[in-house]
Amino acid sequence: MADKVTLTIDNQTVTVPAGMLVVDAAKVVNVDIPVFCYHPKMEPVGMCRMCLVEVGRPMRDRATGEPILNEDGTQKIGFSPKLETACTTPVSEGMVVVTDTQNAKEGRKAILEFLLTSHPLDCPVCDKGGECPLQNLTMEHGPGESRFIFDEKKRLQKHVPLGELIYLDRERCIQCARCVRFEHDIVDDPVIHFFHRGRSLEIQTNSEPGFDSIFSGNTTDICPVGALTTADFRFGARPWEMKKAPSICTHCAVGCNMTYNIRREAKSGGQTVIKRAMPRQNEQVNEIWLCDKGRLGYHFVESEARLSSPMVRKQGELVPVSWEEAYQVVEDKLRQDQVRMVSLAGGRLSNEDLFNLAQLTRSKNGKNVLYSTMAGGDLTAQVGLGLGSNFSDMGAGDVIFVVASDLHQEAPIWWMRVKQAADRGAKLIVANGRPTRLDKFASHVIRYEYGQEAETMDVFLPGAAVPESMVDAVKTLTEAKNAVVIYGSDGLGLDESLHLAKSCAKLVTDRGYYGKVNNGLLAVWDKANTQGAWDMGFQPDRNLKATLREADVAFICAADPAGDDPVLAKALQETDFVVVYELFLTETAKMADVIFPVQAQPEREGTFTNGERRVQRFDVVVNALPGTQPDYRITARIARQLGLGLEEKSPVLVVRQIAQKVNNYKSINFMDLAKVEEQWPKMGREDLYYAGTSYENMSGLGVQYPTAADRGEELSLGLLIKSEVQPTTGSGVRVLPVTALYDRGRLLQPTNLLNHRLTKQAICFSTALAEKYELTDGELIRVSTPDWEAEVRVEVDSQLGDDVAIVARSNGLPVWEPVVVQIQHLVTEPKA
Amino acid sequence: MLKGLFTTLKEALQKPVTIQYPEVKRPVRTRFKGRHELRRYDNGLEKCIGCALCAAACPSDAIFVEASENTDEERYSPGERYASTYEINMLRCIFCGYCEDACPTEAIVLGDQYELSYTDRESSIYNREMLLVPVKEGAETTPQKTEPGKFTRSVPIMQDPTD
Repeated sequence: MADKVTLTIDNQTVTVPAGMLVVDAAKVVNVDIPVFCYHPKMEPVGMCRMCLVEVGRPMRDRATGEPILNEDGTQKIGFSPKLETACTTPVSEGMVVVTDTQNAKEGRKAILEFLLTSHPLDCPVCDKGGECPLQNLTMEHGPGESRFIFDEKKRLQKHVPLGELIYLDRERCIQCARCVRFEHDIVDDPVIHFFHRGRSLEIQTNSEPGFDSIFSGNTTDICPVGALTTADFRFGARPWEMKKAPSICTHCAVGCNMTYNIRREAKSGGQTVIKRAMPRQNEQVNEIWLCDKGRLGYHFVESEARLSSPMVRKQGELVPVSWEEAYQVVEDKLRQDQVRMVSLAGGRLSNEDLFNLAQLTRSKNGKNVLYSTMAGGDLTAQVGLGLGSNFSDMGAGDVIFVVASDLHQEAPIWWMRVKQAADRGAKLIVANGRPTRLDKFASHVIRYEYGQEAETMDVFLPGAAVPESMVDAVKTLTEAKNAVVIYGSDGLGLDESLHLAKSCAKLVTDRGYYGKVNNGLLAVWDKANTQGAWDMGFQPDRNLKATLREADVAFICAADPAGDDPVLAKALQETDFVVVYELFLTETAKMADVIFPVQAQPEREGTFTNGERRVQRFDVVVNALPGTQPDYRITARIARQLGLGLEEKSPVLVVRQIAQKVNNYKSINFMDLAKVEEQWPKMGREDLYYAGTSYENMSGLGVQYPTAADRGEELSLGLLIKSEVQPTTGSGVRVLPVTALYDRGRLLQPTNLLNHRLTKQAICFSTALAEKYELTDGELIRVSTPDWEAEVRVEVDSQLGDDVAIVARSNGLPVWEPVVVQIQHLVTEPKA
Repeated sequence: MLKGLFTTLKEALQKPVTIQYPEVKRPVRTRFKGRHELRRYDNGLEKCIGCALCAAACPSDAIFVEASENTDEERYSPGERYASTYEINMLRCIFCGYCEDACPTEAIVLGDQYELSYTDRESSIYNREMLLVPVKEGAETTPQKTEPGKFTRSVPIMQDPTD
């Protein structure tokens, strides 16, 4: 910041950037100015009047402009006759702010007394009681008694569901509009509004389903009273009764930091259980937010369906056995000569699990396969987002180029942060085959035909021929100070993803947008630790079917190929020996020869590497389900019997080995991951009123490992020449896979609260296609490919391009790459 | 000395004060702090709203509360919240009465019962069924089915806030 301003707040002199608000400047020197409506992440509105302070400015002679001095020669300060709101007053040179005068105290007292005239006294039953800014500030600044008549309190509805996730208590609302402003300004979901005026004012939702926002849970954090509460936690416990345990969200590649609140419960048989998930501040990752999937999607941990004993197939039946026996069976198999081993790992495993598994597989000269349809993890490790990059620092002069990604569904928090960067002036180029929620904020929207992703990116290469429609976008990119290219998996299979990743990598290298802060390539991975899996040596396999079929021993960890795809299920039948590490009895597990029950992520320690290559640590939150083991330990135990030295005692030791053996992770040390530094805005338990109930980060911000470009090493991007794409042709309709946030993935299923929000199980056709095949919205059709057939609903979307049909991944249909399907009409069901 | 002997003589002729416990029980004082009771309103609803302030106030961590949500179909207490689990470990309890002070609805009250002995630790834990007083004659026990919109408030409107 160029301009600095020096001012005095309660006798403390502070120098802050010009334009900062008095309330923030006070926070810098730890002077508390109480607020309700102000929030450091939002524009000030000055509605609640709680932040009244006395403000004085240096006096100047009106005629000459000369400073007026006191008799003793010091600058004379003129205090304004009335109190000013600290949240709307920007700092100015020489300003004097006093927060503890009699006048200011009385101002605050009066505001609180007034707020309490219509606030119920139900703190004992309120979920916010104990961590409530209004409660705390009343204790600190409020009057002990009210002069208003108790019987004249306004009685309003106390139980208004705004949708099934969030409840509103109208009486408690103090009309600060933080929730409404958050939904409108920060996440662009204008689904809740103020209605009526004055005391009758209420928050209403106008969407179907109610409060239809994937960020709705955040409003309960920033609500300064208990007006908005989540259905998930409702009356779950009192805030002071719960302990906190730091963790990392398992659901997407953003790697949001969160804190689980846990408590021992009689209801759960005296077990410690997770009561709620709260965001933990990490200004480089999720700031202080969390999407609803992350907030509510932890229920898989307590699912009844969890596996709790190893099983071995005996005479065709899976029977529970002891751990020793199960290890022995696997060991015997691996001891045989010439075993072709394949390890298929999903991206929700931790780095330690993946490392150990990769080592075991390598010792048998086997193949490490990543269960993913996205490519390019080797590229992001070399020309990925530069060290120290932060979406919050991007603004005017920077370009963010999002290609083939419905970021809103694939990585909600990144969507929000990219959108905010665009609000700050960063130029946004969005290229996709269909409209997405990001288009609205884009400077340039490029619409390509699905399959043309890589070709579209090539237009941006230096010296490429530019079609008329893209001239402006190319100009924007070439003029950018910094540029980040984000690619996703919208409508892509593995082949297409590979081409796109290569094109993107070529673009950033040819244009020089890599190896610097706020530059580089970012992949919107499908799973939380896909980047880590790439780093540990796993790569997706373009011919997974054959690989599985030819394998003698297949280790399948945190993946359910058989349940996802009938083709893979068939291939797996031909695999001689299948070992599965799983939480649940999935379709793959049912086909296994040995099943090892594993611990869920909140039951164990470990590290994840998020899409930005930030290695983050998660702790043990709850006791592990009896009879389960963490994945890395199972692998290490098998390895021990084979004479291979892998660490099995603790992730700390595994990370030490990783640092030795994996080049990118040289600088990673388990202790460093727990380091914290002060973040802005300051927040935490004493400052509830300021930024909400999100947790202060005291457990580690994680460490971003440098890319090869950051380290100045020579890049080996391989040939960035595309091999031929097999066009998916043939008669029939080409259906493309896209990602939906609320899918029917195994980890999300146990969260019953989200049942009504799950993406519809339907194929979404464009109007043109629907007309061509005479499909009507809601109709049930049979779709078939040579490998599978299914009955599915039709949805018609007028926004899709002419020959586009899309279906959500992991939502019932085994579409993982663009496939051509045959459509058959079913006889219309008789109407009941 | 004669005066002393006279006192002895006088006392010897008095009726003995020994009470034949347990056949005869002496009534306790009004401020006696005995075993806790969970009170009910006249209509049978429980006063306890599961706020756990008693547990927070308890210096010996003897109280454990878990709350759940009332519905009009199945109502235990006025308002939205009730205690689905309420346990007091009488071995831990020091009968200080802080819970009584903390209670916003005067639901928990230290009663007259002082005969507390156990043969094992588990039986020292009193659950909500043991602590709840019986309903008054003519009132219905909980859970009750109530008409919607009648019992919307957990902390009933106070008649005299200074009380």
